[in-house]
Amino acid sequence: MFAYLVRRLFLMLVTLFGISIVIFFLLRIVPGNIVDILFAAAGYVDPADKANLEKELGIDQPLVVQYLHWIGGFLRGDFGYSYVSEKPALQEILPRIPITARLAGLALLFSASIGIPLGVISAVKQGTKLDYALRVVSLSGLSLPSFWLGLLILTASVAMFGQMPIFNPNPQTWLEAFATYAVPAAAVGFRSAALTMRITRSSMLEVLRQDYIRTARAKGASDAAVNYQHALKNAILPVITVIGIEAAFLIGGLIVTETVFNIPGVARFLVEAIRWRDYPIVQNLVMFIAVVVVFANFTVDMLYAVFDPRIRYTD
Amino acid sequence: MRSVVALAAMAALSVLTVSTTTLAGGPKQGGILRMYHRDSPGNASIHEGATYSLNVPFMPVFNNLVIYKQDVAQNSMDTIVPDLAESWAWGNDNKTLTFKLRQGVKWHDGKPFTSADVKCTFDMLMGKSQQKFRQNPRKTWYNEVNDVSTNGDFEVSFNLKRPQPSLLALLASGYTPVYPCHVSPGDMRTHPIGTGPFKFVEFKANESIKLTRNPDYWKEGRPYLDGIEFTIIPNRSTAILAFVAGKFDMTFPTEVTIPLVKDVKSQAPNAICEIAPTNVATNIIVNSTAPPFDNIDIRRAMALALDRKAFISIMFEGQGDVGGTMLPPPNGLWGMPKEMLETIPGYGPDVSANREEAKKLMQKAGYGPDKHLAVKVSTRNIPVYRDPAVILIDQLKSIYIDGELDVAETANWFPKVARKDYMIGLNLTGNAVDDPDQSFYENYSCGSERNYTNYCNKDIEKLFDVQSQETDANKRKKLVWDIDKKLQEDVARPIIFHSRLGTCWQPYVKGVTVMSNSSYNGYRYEDLWLDK
Repeated sequence: MFAYLVRRLFLMLVTLFGISIVIFFLLRIVPGNIVDILFAAAGYVDPADKANLEKELGIDQPLVVQYLHWIGGFLRGDFGYSYVSEKPALQEILPRIPITARLAGLALLFSASIGIPLGVISAVKQGTKLDYALRVVSLSGLSLPSFWLGLLILTASVAMFGQMPIFNPNPQTWLEAFATYAVPAAAVGFRSAALTMRITRSSMLEVLRQDYIRTARAKGASDAAVNYQHALKNAILPVITVIGIEAAFLIGGLIVTETVFNIPGVARFLVEAIRWRDYPIVQNLVMFIAVVVVFANFTVDMLYAVFDPRIRYTD
Repeated sequence: MRSVVALAAMAALSVLTVSTTTLAGGPKQGGILRMYHRDSPGNASIHEGATYSLNVPFMPVFNNLVIYKQDVAQNSMDTIVPDLAESWAWGNDNKTLTFKLRQGVKWHDGKPFTSADVKCTFDMLMGKSQQKFRQNPRKTWYNEVNDVSTNGDFEVSFNLKRPQPSLLALLASGYTPVYPCHVSPGDMRTHPIGTGPFKFVEFKANESIKLTRNPDYWKEGRPYLDGIEFTIIPNRSTAILAFVAGKFDMTFPTEVTIPLVKDVKSQAPNAICEIAPTNVATNIIVNSTAPPFDNIDIRRAMALALDRKAFISIMFEGQGDVGGTMLPPPNGLWGMPKEMLETIPGYGPDVSANREEAKKLMQKAGYGPDKHLAVKVSTRNIPVYRDPAVILIDQLKSIYIDGELDVAETANWFPKVARKDYMIGLNLTGNAVDDPDQSFYENYSCGSERNYTNYCNKDIEKLFDVQSQETDANKRKKLVWDIDKKLQEDVARPIIFHSRLGTCWQPYVKGVTVMSNSSYNGYRYEDLWLDK
């Protein structure tokens, strides 16, 4: 097990190194840089001023030098300065992480707490009106883009209640704080919940046909015991995999949700940073996301062993 | 006796009532103005930017030497009032403009304001100081200024190479705040220090900008507000919905499209909305250095094919203006009168006749029904550019020109234009000041950095100087009309239309004036108050 862990950690480092190269060079392939954008915003291009600014920001240096400068700083914990705000990159990124983390966490919670029970119900009640209704709901969840759903929620809130559930940076009560995140989390989590529900349903249907389930029923176990203790426990593995993948995929959904609900999280910040070609922000933020995703996958792999005693990671 | 007492009591009561009413109707102190901001400005330094995304939140931090009167919608020489200058006077030769400065004014960090600060600011703008702006987009505004000299701590003179009466208009713009000598340009980008009615508190990129009342403001009793908070909401739908829901007291100025103004009025009937010209002209930039547009006939044909009213009808539900380079009257001060405008090819009311003429020019150049000219219409990939470009392509079809839309991201747009990597482009030109000096020199003079098409006509350039030196406003206006007409006839940068956009605010917001001939000069907010 220990050797497996070491091997996985080594592979994770190699993966992150590869990602750092991809991030760095992909950003440089995109046409234009911060200086182009600054001059575009000012409506003129002065070659001398432009050259001075490129020199000041270090983007006139060879790409390899720029890469080594960045990755060296990253390893030392020096993340550089934002080209746009001229503040330390870490100072710009750090306060935004908890916002997105809360939102993502709540969305995943929403996804699991709605998707898994409904998936189980749908499987157990297969072929009934309830099953069809739940499948229509899940299909809608997969079909509705989260930005559209978000706008719909906002429009309905204003039209029906005269209220607007957009981000409140200074909530006065715990409930207000919860409300700030709950609605956007539901908007972005709806799609994940739908996916979780479908995976849970199909996985449950497969498990429910197994001999040991029939045996449990023959022994007189209650429906709840059969469904939740015996079936769900064995059907949950693919669901965990999907939730793990969704955790990474959520970042994409959060970009639009944060934009629609005006939440100052990292996802929207990342898009703005890409728009400005703010390399220090984009590189460090994407690296941070990569680290989170790589560790999330690692955690999911470890969770397999927890949920399925048959799985043992051997040397 | 009783009746006398009763009368006296009634009189006293009525006086009290009148005075109470006056008090109740007058401006109230306090409150935070909540406004949304359309995007996150790159920095906080007005001098280093060229977008009113900077002026709106940061103009309240500063003072100019002079300023356009903030409660008069139309900016003109007559509405320029003292700001940090108490008075000004032109020298006998009209080549020296001297300002007597206000005494006792303090920067937000407590340091005293003196003439040295004025000299520093303009030396930096002219590129003459040790400290440099990272970007200096309005350097050309001061081309005719030889130097700025001080006489003691409270007098400063602008010494000109030749008379330029409109220098005062440029100094009154929201783009011309006075900066402190003791704060570096870099610090001004992140934490601006001014003398204005509001102090800078914080700017969180993509999140918010906060200003607080300057208790030591030199103008007695101002500002009325305790502060201003801008929440940055780039998504227009979210922003408008939030305004309708009462989360904001005011929309971002001149940013609400005509259809959205209708939406706001239907969902929030009490909201006050005003639609005004922005002095931003949508125009065509033509690469006349390469075929096929090096042929003046094809350029003229293109100008003749434009149905300007159709653009305005589609994009602004009819609420836009047809004009030349200068914003047309009545809002614009210098635009050609309608009768003169209609004599310019392509501006006549009979679009079909114009297009017939255009077809003849195209046939003369070798194109016709069987041989169309294929062109790429380049533009920035944002709706205000892209939408008119699509309409332009449609209109060009009527004269045997098959256009293909070629969109460029913002980062690539100006480099593309600078390397002349386009045939024709759809562009927007904003005018900070409704004055020909700003517009002509910036956009049409030989060698100007913002003259994207490199149009260069030495004869016209001489006329630029003639109008610039003319002190008689009526004479100058006629010269300006002639120049503008010639620019349109030369197809230097055909103007399609001048846009109008809306600003909305809640009924309790008082003292709002939307400028009608510039989107850059009316954001001091010291007279604005909340009646709640």
